[in-house]
Amino acid sequence: MARPPSRRPGHNRKAQYSLFASYVVAMTGAAVGLLLVVVAIFDPTGFAAIRIATAEMTRPASVTLKNMVSGVSSIDEVLASYWQAGSQNVALRRQVEADRNRIIEAKAVAQENLRLKKLLKLVEDDGSQLLTARLIASSSSSTRRLARLNAGRWQGVRPGMPVRAPEGLIGRIHITTPNTAEVLLLTDTSNIVPVRRANDSVPAISTGLGDGTLEIRALAAGRNPFKPGDLLVTSGIGGVYQPNIPVAVIVRIEGEIAYGVPLANPSKVDAVVVERSFEETVTRTDPNAPVEPEAGTNAPSGAPPP
Amino acid sequence: MIDSHFQHVPRLGRHPSRLRLTGTPVITVMLGSIVTALPVIAQSPVMPPFGLLLLLTWRLLRPELWRAWIGLPLGLFDDMASGQPIGSAMFLWTVTLIAIDAVESRMVWRSYRQDWLIATAAIIFCIAGGVFFARITGGGDVKLILVAPQMLWTVLLFPFVVRQCARIDRWRVMA
Repeated sequence: MARPPSRRPGHNRKAQYSLFASYVVAMTGAAVGLLLVVVAIFDPTGFAAIRIATAEMTRPASVTLKNMVSGVSSIDEVLASYWQAGSQNVALRRQVEADRNRIIEAKAVAQENLRLKKLLKLVEDDGSQLLTARLIASSSSSTRRLARLNAGRWQGVRPGMPVRAPEGLIGRIHITTPNTAEVLLLTDTSNIVPVRRANDSVPAISTGLGDGTLEIRALAAGRNPFKPGDLLVTSGIGGVYQPNIPVAVIVRIEGEIAYGVPLANPSKVDAVVVERSFEETVTRTDPNAPVEPEAGTNAPSGAPPP
Repeated sequence: MIDSHFQHVPRLGRHPSRLRLTGTPVITVMLGSIVTALPVIAQSPVMPPFGLLLLLTWRLLRPELWRAWIGLPLGLFDDMASGQPIGSAMFLWTVTLIAIDAVESRMVWRSYRQDWLIATAAIIFCIAGGVFFARITGGGDVKLILVAPQMLWTVLLFPFVVRQCARIDRWRVMA
């Protein structure tokens, strides 16, 4: 096949100028686009206002679809569970038997805890929860891992607030619009979370890899203290996340680096909880008292800012 | 329509409306961009960039339809929907369209395979450029291998999208 008809305008002056002008516009526009990206290097959330339109426009559609397909997302799990159903059933039954005793023990411990706390006159006032909402969409074609939350500024969501599910940490709020918010997922390559090993508090830093896994680097010098199966929880350092939110389980070790998988899968969880920043929660005193701007620096945990 | 002599023959003297002729391609590309509004919470970049695919398809199917600046508004809309930094698709799409114009004036023989080749180069350029822009705007250390599967099935999806686009195009020009 010969090439398509040439777009050269021939001797028509007007057409020549029009074609030339279209290239000038295109080149200028491309340069402006590049400039916008350069601005975003210094201020990544600067043009968040531009996104409001699409985020708000697509919200009703996303919510409706989410309500329709919430069962479909787990269909692979349902199918996979038929595989080796028999042996799995036996194993699970044994597990349940073993767990039953543990649960009874845990209940006793919880009772004891309650009693001891009363003795210490510690009143559990957990005012950290802000609201519960659902994740309705995500940046599935981009390398950034952002999910859209069905609640925004008008519901009190602010950038920086941690987001969690019952199973574990999901991420934190990145950008807010009036009715939606973008959640920077735990697996985003720019999301860094201070964690510790659950049983002996070995501190580490978790960074997303963008493909659903996390890179865990221990803060201690020397050889890698982690081994597959270790459970990681947030340490509360830095003042964003509450301590002791489950984060990930380690699956693979490679030299200095450990690789983990998040415990909460954002595509499977039904609803997520937006919490206030940890620092805000622990430094909040009398709501009537004027808030000093320096309130953030003297958190009782004594943690230095990151 | 840019070329006034490139007239489609309408059925029995009826002309398709102007909105249908010029609006359909734009609307399909925009719909492709907001596929990200589907309630899929992806753990890695798996979704093919449908907006880009449709833009390339329309450009290669109907070279006379758009001038290169169409990449600016459509790219801006894609940036707003995709989660990439604003300006990323604006730049990449416009540069791609200018490059296709340049290549087209040099190629002597053209067939469907050359179109696919051009689209492959454009898809690889745009996805890799998107990764680069995401990396320099605070995205952390994103590796290119992460988007390799996305590139692969975007390229493989191109023929299918061309077919569907041609079907829409037939409806578009026939009143």
